[in-house]
Parts: sequence; C-alpha cells; structure tokens
Amino acid sequence: MTLVAPAVTASPRAGRKPRRENRFAAWLFLLPALAYVVVFFGYPLAANVVMSTQDYTVKSFYTGEAPFVGLANYAAVFGNPLFSTAVLNTVLFTAGSLVFQFGIGLALAVFFSGRFLGSALLRSLLLLPWLLPLVVSGAIWRWMFDQDHGVLNAALRLVGFDAVPWLSSTGWALPAVILTNIWIGIPFNLVILHGGLRAIPASLYEAAALDGAGAWQRFRHLTWPLLRPVTGIVLMLGLVYTIKVFDVIMVVTGGGPANATQTLTTWSYRLSFGDFAFGQGAAVGNVLILVATLFGLLYLRSAKATLAEAAA
Amino acid sequence: MSSVRRALMLTAGALLLAACSPSAPAGSPAGAQPAGSITELDYYADEQGSAAWQKILDTCAAQTGVKIERQKVPTSQMLPKVLQGASSKTLPDLLFTDNPTLQQVAATGALTPLSDYGITTDGYYESIVKAGTYQGKVYGVAPGVNGLALIYNKDLLAAAGVQPPKTWDELKAAAAKLTKDGKYGLAFSAIPSEEGTWQFLPFFWSNGAELSQVDSEPAVKALQYVTDLVNSGSASKSVVTWNQNDVADQFVAGNAAMMVNGSWNLARLDEQQALHYGVVPIPVPEAGAKPVVALGGEVGAVPVTSGPTQQAAGKVLSCVLSEPTMLEWSKAHAYIPSKTATAAKFGAEQPAMQAFVDEVGTARSRTAELGEKYPKVSQALADALQVALTGKLPADQALKAAQQASGS
Repeated sequence: MTLVAPAVTASPRAGRKPRRENRFAAWLFLLPALAYVVVFFGYPLAANVVMSTQDYTVKSFYTGEAPFVGLANYAAVFGNPLFSTAVLNTVLFTAGSLVFQFGIGLALAVFFSGRFLGSALLRSLLLLPWLLPLVVSGAIWRWMFDQDHGVLNAALRLVGFDAVPWLSSTGWALPAVILTNIWIGIPFNLVILHGGLRAIPASLYEAAALDGAGAWQRFRHLTWPLLRPVTGIVLMLGLVYTIKVFDVIMVVTGGGPANATQTLTTWSYRLSFGDFAFGQGAAVGNVLILVATLFGLLYLRSAKATLAEAAA
Repeated sequence: MSSVRRALMLTAGALLLAACSPSAPAGSPAGAQPAGSITELDYYADEQGSAAWQKILDTCAAQTGVKIERQKVPTSQMLPKVLQGASSKTLPDLLFTDNPTLQQVAATGALTPLSDYGITTDGYYESIVKAGTYQGKVYGVAPGVNGLALIYNKDLLAAAGVQPPKTWDELKAAAAKLTKDGKYGLAFSAIPSEEGTWQFLPFFWSNGAELSQVDSEPAVKALQYVTDLVNSGSASKSVVTWNQNDVADQFVAGNAAMMVNGSWNLARLDEQQALHYGVVPIPVPEAGAKPVVALGGEVGAVPVTSGPTQQAAGKVLSCVLSEPTMLEWSKAHAYIPSKTATAAKFGAEQPAMQAFVDEVGTARSRTAELGEKYPKVSQALADALQVALTGKLPADQALKAAQQASGS
C-alpha cells in the first residue's frame, strides 16, 4: 500500500519508437503476471459467471451436473424483496464509511504534517486498527456495542444519555457497523494522505505564508488541489475495499437484526450457504463485481483526465 | 473470548466460499490409500471437545487396528469443506457432521448406506434414526445427542422465592419476578441463523406447530410468547445478537437468572465455583404436556471412497457406536447416549443430565419432515424471529412472510 507517487508527469522520451524485439521482450516480462491474472482472477470470475446461469445445488458439487437456467437466478435475485434492502445497505455502508474515513483521515493527516513532540509515536499508534485482524476488531466492537453491559452505553449513561440499542434495533445496527468500519479504515486514509502531503514542497507554503495566506487559504488553494491525485487513489481503493466488506458485518451483526445490515456480500454468502442456492449467490456476487468494475473504469477515466491536465 | 473464536470460524467459512468453486481441480482419488489407514473429519474444534473426541478415536484405532488421520474444522466450515471434497473427489473416509447437514450431503450421492457395514439401528431413539435417514436408507448414526433445557441459577431463584418453572405461564411469571437490579429473568439466543431457529423450535414444536406450515396458529402463538418475553423486558432485546456462547456468558456473569441452553455448556458452568445451577426441561405450554426440543448432535457417515477404506471406516464407526465408547463420549462431552438403554443407564449415573435424557425421548429431528428443504425453512424462521423481536412486524405477519419465503 505504499505505491503513492503523486502527480506523475509525462515521460520525456515519449517520442521514441519501440523496436520489434523490445516489444517482444516487454510481452515476455508481462507473461508471468498475465498468467497469474488469468489463473487466479480470470478463471474464478468466469466460473462464477457460469455458475450464476446454472441451477447449482449441493448435489452439483458431487455430480458436476448443474442444468443451465439462463437468467433465472438473476430474475430470482432481483425479484427478492431483500435485493433492494441489500443494495440500499451496501450504498449507505460504502458512502458512510468513505466520507468519514476520508474526512477524519485527511484531518489527521493535516494535523500530523505539522511537526511536534510525539507526532511520530501518535501516528504509529493510530495505525493499530489497521494492524488488527478484522475479525478481532469486529468482535471487540460487538462487545463494546452490547446494549446492557457494553462500554459505549456505559459511557453514554455516565454523561446522562439513554442507552442506545446499537445492535439490537433495526435502526441503529447499520450506523453501528458503519462506525466500526470507519474506525478500521481511518489509518489507511491517514497514511496515504500523509504521504501525499509530505510530497508537497514546503517552499510553496512558505511563499503562501509570505503572501499572507491563512491556514484555511493554504489548505484550500495549496494542499487540496495538490493532493488531488492522491485523493483519487485513496477514494478509489477505499470504495473497492468497502463495497466488498464481509467479515466486519458478519462478525458484528451477522446481517441482522431482521436483515438491517444485510449487504450484497453477506446476502451472497447467505444465499449460498444458508439457502444452498449457489447460483443465486453467484448472481449477487456478479452484480457486486459489475458495480466495482464500473467505479474502477470511472476512476481510470478521471485519472487519465488528470494526467492530461498535468501534461498540458 | 468465545465470540472471537466464532468470528474466526466465520471468516474461515468465508474464505472457503472462494475456495468452493464448482470445478475445483480434481485431486487424487481417495482410493489410493491403504485400507489400514483412514481420514476422519469432524468439527470438535473447542479444546475440551476436541480432546475428548481424540480419546474416542484413539480407543477405536487401537481396537480396530485402523490408523485414523484426523482433520477438524470449525463448525461453519464443515459443509463448505465437504462440498469442496465432493467436487474434487477428496472426501474423508469417515465424517462426523451436524445432523441437519446429513440430508444435504446424502442428497449429493456421496454417502454409503450404513447397512453395508453391518451397522443396524436397533435400540436407538427413533428420532435419531430419522435424522440419519435419507430416502429410506440410514446414512448416518450419532454416538451421542443433545438438546436444549432450561438452566437456572439456584441462588437467584431461591432469593426471589421462585420455583423452577414447568409451564409457559410459570416461566413468564418467574422471568418477570427475576428481572431486577439490571439482571434479566431469562436469556436465549435468537441470532439470524440455524442457531436462532434451533433455540426457537422447542417453543414452536411444544405448542404443536409444524415446519411444513410455519404461519399456523400454534406457530404464531409460540412466536408471540417469545416476543412478549422480550417486549415485557424479562429478556434482553440483545437476544437478537447473542449466540449460545454469549447466552452462557451472560448466565455465568449473573446477568441472567435462567437461560435456554444445551448440555455441552454444563462443563463451563461447573468451572464456576460460586455458581449453583439446576437444569429442568424446557417449560411447556400447558401443564402435563411433553416438551418437544430439536435433536442435536453429530452423525457419523461413510462417504463413497474405495471398497477397502470404506470397510475400514465402517469398522471404526461401529466401534464409536459401541456401548462403552458411546458412554465414554457422552460423559466426556455432556451428550446423551443415542441408544435408549444406554441413555437410561447414563441418566441414572449423571443426575444433572436427567432433564436432557428425559427430553430426548420426545425430541424431534429437524430434517425428518422436510429433508433437504429444511435449511431454507430454517433460515426463513430465523428471519421471522428477528423481525418479530425487533418489532418490525407483528408475529403473525412475520410468520406469513416466512411461509412465503420458505414455500417458494
């Protein structure tokens, strides 16, 4: 995750024509990576697409026979009342997580870009959520959210508020899992944005200060625009990570109560291993892949535009 | 920390989701092994249960002369692992799996009838035989079974002047009376999975409801009863997030005076010197009725591998099912022997287990009626439980939705 190279400028040797053997060698170097992608991404992806068009049951695992049913699985999935719930929850979960992870991560990154005593130590401590296995974080949050004996409600009662039914009410459960995921995601945003900030030359800030720009103006006119390429990467990666979050939700709520935290990923798992409707589970998985790909393409387009802008 | 362990199991299951692609590369057929050694798969992953089970396997390895290579996986990983094995033809030679799973595995055609190995079902509880029967043939038999009972804190009940409840009315009154000082009268699990359904079934079945019609009047009444316990505050609203380990934690911590839980938790309660508990059968709707709990426990099955290994696995299974091993396993893991005569002997020796022994006589197999269709109905029922307990829909409408979801 340290591949942060902000503001790539156009190659100075762009005009040279590559010779034939050079191109052959280039392909040769690409081959291992290509083979890896085909075997470990291409094949499972294709298998998943095929599975989503089959009536794949427990029996199929043994016999290998799964009748082709066309788009019936997709029809079943789209017709299921849980579909809209899962989509809405996925959108809320992803958007909620991203906005706060990014906002808090950026604020912390700016804060830590100033040099002060203990800055490095604090920064490494803030990495902790990132280093913990997700299931451990999830289990601890589940324990903290407990309505009667959880530490969160104990704190709320202490300052005179009522206990919140974090995980046992359908209204609070989704905010609770989003909160957990925000906490987990902050370090990632902090680290990468901090790296991006370090790449902005200090002389620019000195010049701005000389011109009489205040802290907010410096952020608004220097930091924010110069950080844009990094921002794009952070948000894109964050989106792809968040949209496929499974373990956090599974550990904290199991998709409940009453499907209040059911997202496309948890629903896909449930269709496959709860209902044994493997074809439908695969169909939901494919919908998710499609959405993630769409955002990936959007990002590539915007990145291209940024590059063109930078080159011009 | 049991919740952490559980969480780990879930992730492991999720990882297997990816591993379970339909056409996983075909491994070497299991038949290559010499018949002198077999592979065995079970999910006794917790420390105590695993050690007790290992002892049983060691005993049977010595008795039969078959070398047993044991694999254990977390519960949630069992079925994915078996399906993966089925698709790559690398099934274990001997399998011990949760009894409602057996129908799914048998339906794949991957299991052999136990009559092939001279294993008969004479003397077993009928419900256990039913749980292991698929399309008229017995594919799995359990060395021991379990069920749910009402476990109560003797000190808290005595202090409140409450007798252990026998009927629904008594349970309701006792739970209300015991709810005070931040403690709840009753704790149970109602999570959105098979575990939640399994905890609800004793109320559902004892009231005369049937899985083939989950929105019948007795079913609605049973769900209403459980919902009332939560709505009146006698049970925590958090039951929708507690698994059975969490419920036991609450009971051990003194946060609940009574709990619905299984015999396998008794060892944990015994570790608490200051905790004095008693066990009674699950309260019934009317005095004199029999409690009907769902039958739990793992059945042993022999997958299709090769002739010699199948025979060797059959020998080992026969040994596990013999009376001495059955008794040893039941004692070590707080299970009830699955043969009626052995269970009677066991109950006489272990008074704390008598309530469970009594219940096994009237217990039902979850899959006897629906077979392979059970998981879908179970999922729908767990959903209805959550919907009603969180107040999203009244009990009758929640079950109507469940009937629609499970009927399709």
